[in-house]
Amino acid sequence: MDWFLIITTLIKIVVVVFLAILPSVAYSVYFERRVSAWIQDRLGPNRVGPLGLLQPIADGLKFLLKEDVTPGHVNKFYFWLAPALVLVPALVTCAVLPFGSEMQLPLWLQDLIGTKANIPMVIADLDTGPLFIFAISSLGVYGIVLAGWASNSKYPFLGGVRSSSQMISYEIALGLSIVPLLMIYGDLHLGKIVAAQAKEGWSLLPFWTEGHAFAFDLKKIALAVPVGISFIVFMTAIFAETNRVPFDLAECETELVGGYHTEYSSMKFALFFLGEYAAMIVGSCFAVTLFFGGWTLPFGLSAQQLGAVGPGIALFQFLTLFIKVFLFVLFFIWVRWTLPRFRYDQLMRLGWVWLFEIALVNIILTAGLLIAFR
Amino acid sequence: MATKLVERPKLNFFEKIYLSSILHGLALTFGHIVRLFRGKTKVVMQYPEEKWDSNLPEYYRGAPALVTDEHGRERCVACQLCEFICPPRAITITPEEIPNNDPWAKVEKRPKAFEIDMIRCIYCGMCEEVCPEQAIFLRKDYAITGESRAEMVHDKRKLYEIGGVRTGLVNKWNELK
Ligand code: SF4
Ligand code: SF4
Repeated sequence: MDWFLIITTLIKIVVVVFLAILPSVAYSVYFERRVSAWIQDRLGPNRVGPLGLLQPIADGLKFLLKEDVTPGHVNKFYFWLAPALVLVPALVTCAVLPFGSEMQLPLWLQDLIGTKANIPMVIADLDTGPLFIFAISSLGVYGIVLAGWASNSKYPFLGGVRSSSQMISYEIALGLSIVPLLMIYGDLHLGKIVAAQAKEGWSLLPFWTEGHAFAFDLKKIALAVPVGISFIVFMTAIFAETNRVPFDLAECETELVGGYHTEYSSMKFALFFLGEYAAMIVGSCFAVTLFFGGWTLPFGLSAQQLGAVGPGIALFQFLTLFIKVFLFVLFFIWVRWTLPRFRYDQLMRLGWVWLFEIALVNIILTAGLLIAFR
Repeated sequence: MATKLVERPKLNFFEKIYLSSILHGLALTFGHIVRLFRGKTKVVMQYPEEKWDSNLPEYYRGAPALVTDEHGRERCVACQLCEFICPPRAITITPEEIPNNDPWAKVEKRPKAFEIDMIRCIYCGMCEEVCPEQAIFLRKDYAITGESRAEMVHDKRKLYEIGGVRTGLVNKWNELK
């Protein structure tokens, strides 16, 4: 059995990381450029291939072929380590995100490998999904801080310092914001949270109780208030966590040249880029899993798909998740090209004075509601 | 000294918690996308296919070039003023004497080689301004490209090719002189 687990896990890692996340990173860069152009009344990259769809490949080649400069005044070891430290946590966090229920292998394959086991559609079936994500994704900031420090130059340094203080003030709000959800579902297992949403309706779509669409259940509708609040806090914190506008103080082209990656070039720069977008995609995936039912369809349409499903349906579940995440990424991009950057003190105030308190009060509110509707 | 106190705009509660302004901003940018897709926005020009050439103003400063006049005389007298004035030192002139049997022998001097390094040229127009002979003009060619450095140096032949013939200029070297 062990070899079966290892091989299926390896296959899942390859599929998720190399066939799903990395290509979507490349294409979210493409969409970033296209959508930003549309917002600014331009056209964006439309030359390479039909509609410019091959642009990410050209960009990737460019990054590979560019000269890789390591400036003489940097701390070589940390300078080389930093880009990897940004990318790896972003990719590792996707391990606990469920992208489907359970896949039943077709019969001939079962005979071929001689096992009847189903494959859970998640890389690591942990009982502590959200905690794992928080623990790993906050490591990403070390990459940024190290890059800023090792570059031995003032703009990256400022970027690194900003990033670390920003991370401290947002991590708390991020962690607290999902506590109401965990209280409602009573579980830390992301797969079970998604399964509960498949049966009882998405967290943010309370008009569904088991078996009845558009049912008016007072408890669910009352609980949608704290869930909505925690969604707003969570999204704000995710924006800060992934260093996206309006919280891109670490990068901040207009003030800090390029922020922490000013001194980087070629593939090392590309790794920062990949890391930022991978974090964005995984963050969207996390938000979708918690608030929009992960791989499930709304209104209980996926309630029958909870057990073991065939490969076709498994693929369908995967695509459902993919489309939701794609819409989320578009939202990230849309926000980026709309909002100006927060000033440093505004950001601190927002993090410590508003989000932190709102998240705390929200937990108490949820607890009160849960007791009231017990 | 007169001081003016700038009044901070009074924000209402919804503006203070950012949400309303964020939604407003999102609606605004989305409006731009919608307008673009409905074809209501004048989009930027698709450069190599569409060009702005017919709209270039009279005073456009493109590539500098040498001209000949209606008598077929090359107007440059190799005085080298442009070479001196050129801020990035893009011009290199090798003068030569005009032989006695030449109909324009009284001009005495002409460029043997005249090279403008278009990698260096900044299209400032100083050469045109300083030329006492109205021999060098900035034309409207702007897409000067090449695959090597050598290709980017315009020699005399190329400069006359770009410049062509320009009529109606003052002729200092007529029979009266
Ligand atoms: S346009 Fe300016 S830079 Fe170019 S050749 Fe003339 S003087 Fe030199
Ligand atoms: S182009 Fe004009 S300024 Fe330059 S050398 Fe010839 S005559 Fe003199």
